[in-house]
Amino acid sequence: MTVNFWKYMASLAVLLLLACGARAENHKLVLTGSSTVAPLLLEIGKRFEKQNPGVRVDVQSGGSSRGVADARSGLADIGMISRALKPDENDLVAHSIAIDGIGIILHRGNPISSLSDEQIKAIYTGQITRWKELGGKDTRITVVNKAEGRSTLDLFLHHFALKNSEIKAQVVIGDNPQGIKTVAGNPGAISYVSIGAAEYEAAQGTPIKLLPMAGVAATVANVRAGRFPLSRPLNLVTKGEVTVLAQRFIEFARSGAVHDLVENQFLVPLAR
Amino acid sequence: MTWLKTSSLSRWHADRRLAPLLAVLAAGAALILLLVLVFLLREAWPVLNGNGWQRFFGDDGWYPLEGRFGLLAMVWATLAAAFGAILLAAPLGLACAVFVCFYASPGLAKLYRMMLALLAGIPSVVFGLWGLTVLVPLIARWQPPGASLFCAILILMLMILPTVALTSVAALNAVPKSLLHGAAALGLTRKGIILGVAVPAARAGVFGGILLATARALGETMAVLMVAGNVVQNPSGLFEPVRVLTANIALEMAYATGTHRASLFASGLMLTLLVLVLASLAARIGGHTRNV
Amino acid sequence: MSDRAFTYGIWGAALLVSSAFLWLLGDLVWHGVPHLSWSFLVSEPMNAGRAGGIAPILVSTVLILAVALVAVVPLGLGAAVWLAEYTRRGGVSGQSIRLSLDVLAGVPSIVFALFGYAFFCVFLGLGFSILSGGLTLACMILPIFIRTSEAGLAAVTDEWRHGAAALGMTRAAALWHILLPAAAPAIVAGLMLGIGRATAETAALIFTSGYVDRMPESLADSGRALAVHIYDLTMNVSGGDGAAYASALVLIVLIVAINIGALSLSDRWLTRRITTS
Repeated sequence: MTVNFWKYMASLAVLLLLACGARAENHKLVLTGSSTVAPLLLEIGKRFEKQNPGVRVDVQSGGSSRGVADARSGLADIGMISRALKPDENDLVAHSIAIDGIGIILHRGNPISSLSDEQIKAIYTGQITRWKELGGKDTRITVVNKAEGRSTLDLFLHHFALKNSEIKAQVVIGDNPQGIKTVAGNPGAISYVSIGAAEYEAAQGTPIKLLPMAGVAATVANVRAGRFPLSRPLNLVTKGEVTVLAQRFIEFARSGAVHDLVENQFLVPLAR
Repeated sequence: MTWLKTSSLSRWHADRRLAPLLAVLAAGAALILLLVLVFLLREAWPVLNGNGWQRFFGDDGWYPLEGRFGLLAMVWATLAAAFGAILLAAPLGLACAVFVCFYASPGLAKLYRMMLALLAGIPSVVFGLWGLTVLVPLIARWQPPGASLFCAILILMLMILPTVALTSVAALNAVPKSLLHGAAALGLTRKGIILGVAVPAARAGVFGGILLATARALGETMAVLMVAGNVVQNPSGLFEPVRVLTANIALEMAYATGTHRASLFASGLMLTLLVLVLASLAARIGGHTRNV
Repeated sequence: MSDRAFTYGIWGAALLVSSAFLWLLGDLVWHGVPHLSWSFLVSEPMNAGRAGGIAPILVSTVLILAVALVAVVPLGLGAAVWLAEYTRRGGVSGQSIRLSLDVLAGVPSIVFALFGYAFFCVFLGLGFSILSGGLTLACMILPIFIRTSEAGLAAVTDEWRHGAAALGMTRAAALWHILLPAAAPAIVAGLMLGIGRATAETAALIFTSGYVDRMPESLADSGRALAVHIYDLTMNVSGGDGAAYASALVLIVLIVAINIGALSLSDRWLTRRITTS
């Protein structure tokens, strides 16, 4: 039995050694950060690898703040964030790669077809709790809000001049698909999510609908034209001197050669 | 159960080397906990240092970006969800184990055990997905908003039930057959044998399984995050949304910086301490029942 | 409660659990089977996982599991034997180790994620790799494995130990030839619980083995686990639900295969030990 123990321990040690020895990083780019941006960069990375044999692009997900932290510490060559840089992050340089619009969604069975900013504000602060007060059915409103720290929440709060503690939510969610699923399963729910994702899901038959904001229809086209009031940039961030490879990758990610990939992730490419 | 230290066998050469080796392995396993705790403390230190911890209990509400760090509502929610789940899962799981050991034919028992093992292996995100797309809309039709403490309890129960059932099966199988035959010979009914002999004899194993399951219920993240609603408030009713500590960490960690991040580590530490208290409590109770 | 009512109760509970399970499984099959095909298993994911297959993800998952098991089985068995055979009941060292294991079992996976990231990825310099992921999982499933194995060993009646001693066997020989085989069902059950938890783990792996969905070339490569893939498809990638359900089905089949393998292995071990020794 002891012999077997040592056999196992030895193989474990060998594994560790193998792992340490096999790290060659000459042609490797590491990207970490926002989960919203990660799937897009994964695809861009694959195309970049195909065009530049021998290069490896490793994309790790984990949130905007991790993108900032890893770009600062040098753990990642490039950070990914789903918002603009904050004033205390001006040691970093942002490179926009796409835009994401945020729209209000309701269940498709809800007869309400538009809400004013004041009404949305009243719903989110708990002054209106039933759809009847807005001319809808006599059902309770389920307010769906995002978790603290999410950039969509920041955007939403900023637009409506609210503090998060003023919002009276019934459900708090993380990412967009959770919001869409929550609204699809609850006829009385209201939420705000990425317009591209909602447009796609609605077209697939998911029972949700996007509401116009301030009279502007929530469509990808309007976001692209800059007409829609709620949108955020998706950025790559770097610190200080950038390697030639990283620079080439950023240029590639901002170029027209990846617009189809951006659209495949239901995001809006930068207007050219 | 344990051999006496004075056993002549321990003079054997191989044995003398075996014991310390095993002890080192066991200590190493236990050391992982220390490593985890040290690391949590280090990361949470900016908040814990300088009476920051008082704010976890004193502050009203959890709005870290506005400087309010009240964790108490989430502690209650965590306890409510875990105990609700274990209250349902313990009797059901034990019943399933009894079914496997005493009622099902050998073939059916094997099939049923396989099913339980399968259930234990379904990823929590699948339970969450199922809860979010099937259970939450069902409950929402009856008691909106659907995403609630109740839904969290149901999903957690399904997730921890296999743990209770499988450990109970192992414990029941380990009860000496002679004991059961003896009871049968005394003319006890099947119910009498099960409740009077088998389950009491297996109680240490069953209890251990329930403990493991409670720990899992307290620590479960993804599934609860998807179905509990995640609103930070005291659990006032079964159909009200709540946020548990783990969901709080998972929801916000990726986006947190500075004090916010440190306070999330502190809530992880608090959760670990909660489990520590429960485990030592359970060890004491378990010790008593075993001595009786 | 009469004997008959008790019987009905037990059958009722068993039926309730199996019907809930069938409901869940039926839902998975309903949504997942249309996406399932041979090419789904052997091709690379495309368009963030919405199209294409899961081949690299399957390979990564198996490698992560293998790393975790190689670390857990010897360490866990050793610890379990020590706890069951070498500590006195109520002794301080044994009790404190048991307590810390029970607490470790309750540490939430998200905490393991942060620990694994800081310890294996950064401190030990393993980076985002299959190795980091596997070792983090090993820390997670170790307590479950040790406690169930210990319970199995403790349940072996003392007569067997006395018999072995009377035959003049060393404690090591008694362990290897008699006690461990006798406890094999419990050890395998513990292993299955651990494997179940490991394959189902999401949070701990996002931060350690990572997000890269390319075919891993070595254990030092980052590789996405199946559960992480499912999580990403359902919670982060709109339109990924079909592929997510199909991946969940694959994961379940994988777990069945591992369980069947473990069961037959333990049976063979049991018979071999008893007949040849």
